[in-house]
Amino acid sequence: MSAVPKIVTSRREYADSYTLERYKTTGGFDGLKKALSMTPEAVCAEVDAASLLGRGGAGFPAGRKWSMLRKSDVSYLVINGDESEPATFKDHLLVEHDPHQLVEGVIIAAFALQVTQAFIFLRGEFALGLERVQSAVNGFYAEGALGSNILGSGFSLDIVVHPGAGAYICGEETSLLESLEGKRGFPRIKPPFFPAAIGLYGEPTVVNNVETVSNLPWIVLNGGSAFAALGEGRSTGTRLFALSGKVRNPGVFEIEMVKTTFRDLIFNPSLGGGVTGSGEVKAIIPGGVSAPWFYPEQLDLPLGQDEVADAGSMLGSGSIVVMDTSTCMVKAAWRITRFFSRESCGQCTPCREGSGWLERILYRLENGQGRMEDIDLLLDLCDNIAPGLTWPPQQTTICVLGPSIPSSIHSAISRFRDEFVAHVTNGGCTHG
Amino acid sequence: MNHLTPEMRTRAEKLVALYPEPRSALIPLCHLAQEQDGYLVDDAMIEIAEIVGVTPAEVRGTATFYDMLHTDSVGRYVVGVCTNIACLLAGGDELLAHAEASLGVRAGGTSEDGLFTLEETECLADCDIAPCVQVNHRYVRTTTPEALDSLVAELRAGERGEEIPPHGTLIRVERTVGLEASKDTIAAERATARAAAAERATVEGS
Amino acid sequence: MADEQATEKVTFTLDGREVTAEKGEMIIAAAEAAGTYIPRFCYHPRMEPVGVCRMCLVEVEGPRGSTLMPACYVAVGDGMEVVTDSEKVKKAQDGVLEFLLANHPLDCPVCDKGGECPLQDQTLVHGPGESRFVEEKRHFAKPLPISELVLLDRERCIQCSRCTRFAEEVAGEALIDFAGRGDQVEVATFPGRPFSSYYSGNTVQICPVGALTATPYRFAARPWDLEQVESTCTGCAVGCRVAVQSSAGRLTRLLGVDSDPVNHSWLCDKGRFSFEGVNGVDEGNEELALRDPRRRLTAPMVRRDGVLVEVGWSEAIKAAAHLLQTSSSTSNEELGAIGGAQLTNEGAYAWASLLKGVLGTDSVDAQLGDGLDPELMATLPRATIDEAAAACTVIVLSGDLREELPVLFLRLRESARTGRSSIIDLSPAASSTSELATVALGARPGDALLIARALEGDASARSQLATHPEGRTFTDEDLDRAVSLIGDDGTGVVIILGRPSLAEDASIIESAALQLHHRYPKATFLPALRRANVMGAIDMGLVPGMVPGRVPLRNASAGLRETWKLIPASAGRSSIEQVEAFVAGTQRGLVVLGAQLSDLPDAALAARVTSAPGNLLVIAGHGGELVDAAAVVLPAAVAHERPGTTTNIEGRVSTLGQKVVAPGLAWPDWMIAGEIAFELGHDFGWSTIDDVTEEIARVAPSHEGLTTSVLAAPAAADGLVVPLKGTSSPRALLDPVATPGLASPERVGLGSFTGTLATDVEVSGDLVRLSSPDVPTSVAPDADGDGPTVPAPDSYSLRLVATRTLYDDGAQVLAAPALALLRKPAVARVNPYDLDRLGVTTGDRVRLRTPSATLVIEVEAAEGTLRGTVALDFNVAAADSDVHANAVASLIEPGSLVTDVRMESL
Ligand SMILES: Cc1cc2nc3c(=O)[nH]c(=O)nc-3n(C[C@H](O)[C@H](O)[C@H](O)COP(=O)(O)O)c2cc1C
Ligand code: SF4
Ligand code: FES
Repeated sequence: MSAVPKIVTSRREYADSYTLERYKTTGGFDGLKKALSMTPEAVCAEVDAASLLGRGGAGFPAGRKWSMLRKSDVSYLVINGDESEPATFKDHLLVEHDPHQLVEGVIIAAFALQVTQAFIFLRGEFALGLERVQSAVNGFYAEGALGSNILGSGFSLDIVVHPGAGAYICGEETSLLESLEGKRGFPRIKPPFFPAAIGLYGEPTVVNNVETVSNLPWIVLNGGSAFAALGEGRSTGTRLFALSGKVRNPGVFEIEMVKTTFRDLIFNPSLGGGVTGSGEVKAIIPGGVSAPWFYPEQLDLPLGQDEVADAGSMLGSGSIVVMDTSTCMVKAAWRITRFFSRESCGQCTPCREGSGWLERILYRLENGQGRMEDIDLLLDLCDNIAPGLTWPPQQTTICVLGPSIPSSIHSAISRFRDEFVAHVTNGGCTHG
Repeated sequence: MNHLTPEMRTRAEKLVALYPEPRSALIPLCHLAQEQDGYLVDDAMIEIAEIVGVTPAEVRGTATFYDMLHTDSVGRYVVGVCTNIACLLAGGDELLAHAEASLGVRAGGTSEDGLFTLEETECLADCDIAPCVQVNHRYVRTTTPEALDSLVAELRAGERGEEIPPHGTLIRVERTVGLEASKDTIAAERATARAAAAERATVEGS
Repeated sequence: MADEQATEKVTFTLDGREVTAEKGEMIIAAAEAAGTYIPRFCYHPRMEPVGVCRMCLVEVEGPRGSTLMPACYVAVGDGMEVVTDSEKVKKAQDGVLEFLLANHPLDCPVCDKGGECPLQDQTLVHGPGESRFVEEKRHFAKPLPISELVLLDRERCIQCSRCTRFAEEVAGEALIDFAGRGDQVEVATFPGRPFSSYYSGNTVQICPVGALTATPYRFAARPWDLEQVESTCTGCAVGCRVAVQSSAGRLTRLLGVDSDPVNHSWLCDKGRFSFEGVNGVDEGNEELALRDPRRRLTAPMVRRDGVLVEVGWSEAIKAAAHLLQTSSSTSNEELGAIGGAQLTNEGAYAWASLLKGVLGTDSVDAQLGDGLDPELMATLPRATIDEAAAACTVIVLSGDLREELPVLFLRLRESARTGRSSIIDLSPAASSTSELATVALGARPGDALLIARALEGDASARSQLATHPEGRTFTDEDLDRAVSLIGDDGTGVVIILGRPSLAEDASIIESAALQLHHRYPKATFLPALRRANVMGAIDMGLVPGMVPGRVPLRNASAGLRETWKLIPASAGRSSIEQVEAFVAGTQRGLVVLGAQLSDLPDAALAARVTSAPGNLLVIAGHGGELVDAAAVVLPAAVAHERPGTTTNIEGRVSTLGQKVVAPGLAWPDWMIAGEIAFELGHDFGWSTIDDVTEEIARVAPSHEGLTTSVLAAPAAADGLVVPLKGTSSPRALLDPVATPGLASPERVGLGSFTGTLATDVEVSGDLVRLSSPDVPTSVAPDADGDGPTVPAPDSYSLRLVATRTLYDDGAQVLAAPALALLRKPAVARVNPYDLDRLGVTTGDRVRLRTPSATLVIEVEAAEGTLRGTVALDFNVAAADSDVHANAVASLIEPGSLVTDVRMESL
């Protein structure tokens, strides 16, 4: 494991990792300079060769997404730094600790796409991150590495750092674009299926996650094949995993993909360091609260995109929440459902009304006013939002927030129905 | 009559100039107005509407979609305690209950002295230092009741001003360099760059 | 026109059967056309689909198996397989319905929408018997007014966004928007900024539940008590199709019917709510003064010993006949009539027959100084509304369309918004179309002709504009841009022709129009004259110099000569000339067909009418100053009280429905004329209104073939454009959610009436052959060369612009309390530059002085008012002023081409 490079967290050990000075003395700009000496097509080819999967949640290959950008006089690059999926905090680390790497990655992507205007959309609650990324952009301008004729290459780019204002749904890329246009964050209906065809202001737009582009300086410098040599199958390179919940060492870990299992991540002393509370895993959420849960028998699954998908869930945003055997499953499902109900944008009836209804039923169950029929009612309402309760889900809504709502409820009831029953018979929660 | 102070108005205009379409500056301008007044007062929304070319109803409609934008007054410090899943597992509910008791307000309310507004927030993306607490959108990393109490005491005493500016101050670091080149120049340069790139490609190819 | 672009067809499978539809059509519309109704809430056929309510989910077979898709948002494709009746679809739709009901209050018994609510209906059909939702429902404070006319009950709202989209997309006034997020989303105005839109009533009509209600209708009736008839709105000359509803003999509501060629289901609030004035005051009508416009006239009256007393019809007819006979000597001098734009076509024809054909006077004028030369109107090549909406370039040479012809504005706005048309706007003050214009060529009063000449390439006109003493209002590039938009010969160009300002002589606009017509012969004209049936009055000869059928006196046909006893030899007086002569005592008899004094653009003259020596015969439905002064008053039935036909700006003849009975003894307009003629010894031979319609079809060349049976054919449901050159009414688009009642289902089966020069109309299965029209359509070359020469402005004066506003002191507004409340006092709108020169600003009062009058009035800084001009709304009183009614009319200098005003600070 020691041979695995730190691709996006290489400066993490420095207290001043976010400064331009540190950046310059630790290989900053090298990737950019190299990229600018290449053709845009060649840069794209390296990213393609790297098989860099998007780190925002959907895991779509960045190279493929780039190649779909419709040819047009005006096109945009938008970086998604909205990071609001519960228990996801890896982009937070990147924007606060290595903003220059992010900006460099953005410039490389823009150059590869020949886009002259980029936006970094950061979650509004990242006040410090916003300051640091804006400072980094200022620094790049001061160095001649942004603006007109970047580093004498003839390529020009402007980057605007844009603050969000607190709405989970704005992480969904079309909602993000609406928000960036100064509107309510209502996800756009499909078709058009991809912003690459019709995106910001109706122009072709690539939306990439913060972590996705933060990989680019390294990939350009070391070659796509070096990246692809790490990991396995489609899951190449390293990836940030955010580990939280009942673990001894919660935090963000950069790990080579597929080579590590959930069990390693949670129990390895240099990683999660083991489970707290009862010390025993009851369930884990493998990729953000939108993902169906895993249980102890899946702990040995490798941290690979397809491996997790094949097992009926998703690696999503790379955040793993550990619940120990003392955790109340009704309460966990309630809290996650409350989140969706608060964050539903309100456009689609099933999501808007369904999430609130489900939340209220779960609240009642947790607090002792549950009825036995509520358990099947929960499932049936979930079925009305995500027909069949299959994975990947079918949907009756515009975006996938809706069909994400059932994940926790379905997981909790299928596995721990007895706990729900007990909540009814005992008149509420007995988990301390 | 402008509601934004001349300084704020200048900043607002600079922000608008950053975007291809003025409406894109709507949310940054709301942050700016909150920086001035603590929350979005009606006159500020009317002025923002004029600046970006929409109706006041659209500004208000948009602003009310977002949790960070307040159309009613809030305390000088907005204290957010997360009780979403990761923080829940780490005692978020208990910390919130403690905050309610010690500040004397229920979540959603503002303390009598007008200093603190307490919010029960969803995940703040800092789940390894849980339960997560933010004050005016600055992570304070006080995970225990005791730490929270001493932070509140410090804030009451007017300390930590540098780290935790008044509510609304979101964009402390301004864009220092304007658009050096106009959008037209950039477009022209891009064309040149494309030609140069094409040339390099042929050189490399041969 | 739709028939020009043959639409591509696709075939898809709908629940197992093959169906053909137009390419690009949404599944929901294609299925509906094929007889399969897919439930929906957010979809509205006249707005962009958004697919948010999710009620219309259907199964569509795709590469990844069958998936649920919103039928309102997915276009049909060739070979597509759509299933609307599977278990899966049913479960999804029931699920959505159940979710919608979760937070919906169960107050159907007290809800205005109860009985015609799609949510209620769907629930009865599909809904679960018992609610599984036991939680507490969402609570909002009870109904909030969002405007003077509309109330919002947020608890009933299902967040379909129809109203907010209407405001933004259709009306272009985003004064309401969603606020909040998730299940807290609510429709909201901004504090202190109500949804005061002329179109607010449409949101009530399209709201699928009872969340939006109109104050004039609230609790007025229950849907099952309503009776309904289809008709045409006569609020203005657009002629929107409407469903008129009544309960217990009183009008309760008007709904817009989706007429494809006309109003696309929209109405303006004036048209929608002016029925209040028809109802009048239930109790105490007789206590209202005779001059009160809210008073309904219920019995004939004659003046005895100086007092008007009620009499029976036979006595009244005798008195009227006597009055006319003693006033008349079959010349244009002694007897005349003003008004008549509120009449039906039949009424207009009957009165023309009486006045011209029996009494021999041509001094008959339905235009009240705000019109244009009727012969020009009758002969300029005419465009339809559809053609204007499809034009590549629209030239607006008229008053503000939103104020004058509100729904025409919506049609044009849609084409400008979607980029179909470019607008060249010549408005003299900020207007709804100047906001949309590609090129704004602001024309100060008197300059329209110069601009027309400059558009023709006249270099001297161009340089004159460039050196205008008040500064130019546009650049050479603007002019060049406009010229290129018009093209070589004006193909695809429609000119909206009306009166930009009533303080500018009509001859200026007429000459400008003629110039444009000669230079750009392919351009067509859409008249923008606003009075309800003014176009019908022109067509029926109720204007000087014309006989029925758009025919000048000199060309009167043999057929007409046979029918009418007399054809006047020469053109008679205009309204203004008649009033002048009447006041001077040289015209002894004046017939007033529904006109009001405040309609006249010469306030000083108007003030003298009531004390004039001659005989005043007033035919009206409502009270007014002229009624009060009349020798004989004959009460007439008004809109919704009599059948007949009406003609809109395009020349579309459509039917009027009778829904209620006129109060008291009031008679239909045509009958009154017929009885008077009979009394005078001339039997028109009509016993029903159909007899009049048939006679028009016989004697008016433009209306040839327009018989009652043709008009009653389903294909003529949207009316027919005369002269009958064929029109199209493609498959009707419907919004059953919004137009409940019987109009919608009836219109589902509307046939189409197509062909560029169709002369056939299907009448109950038989093809009726219409002879091709024989109407002069070539315009005589401009007789007076270059048109009038307007004096140069002097730099001390501002040129007066008299604009229109929808809620003025006109009879329709004053008669309807809900509308009368919406009037605003007149202010003088002046460019800030001119205000600065005087050192005054918004809210200050100034003195405006013309040779005619002096007026003290409040000013308002208006960027859109051109420098060197001052704009005031016509027929509006100024606050705290000596001049109470129609402030601007007091300033207008009668007989001048333009009026220059001195503005002084106080
Ligand atoms: C409800 C929802 C929330 C999302 N939130 C985020 C987010 O916070 N950050 C992010 O990068 N992507 C988020 N995504 C995924 C984005 O839509 C998009 O796929 C991603 O930004 C693309 O970047 P990538 O290809 O680099 O991963 C979210 C998607 C959904 C449906
Ligand atoms: S599924 Fe929910 S969040 Fe997504 S668009 Fe619909 S209402 Fe909004
Ligand atoms: S989603 Fe299709 S009608 Fe509402």
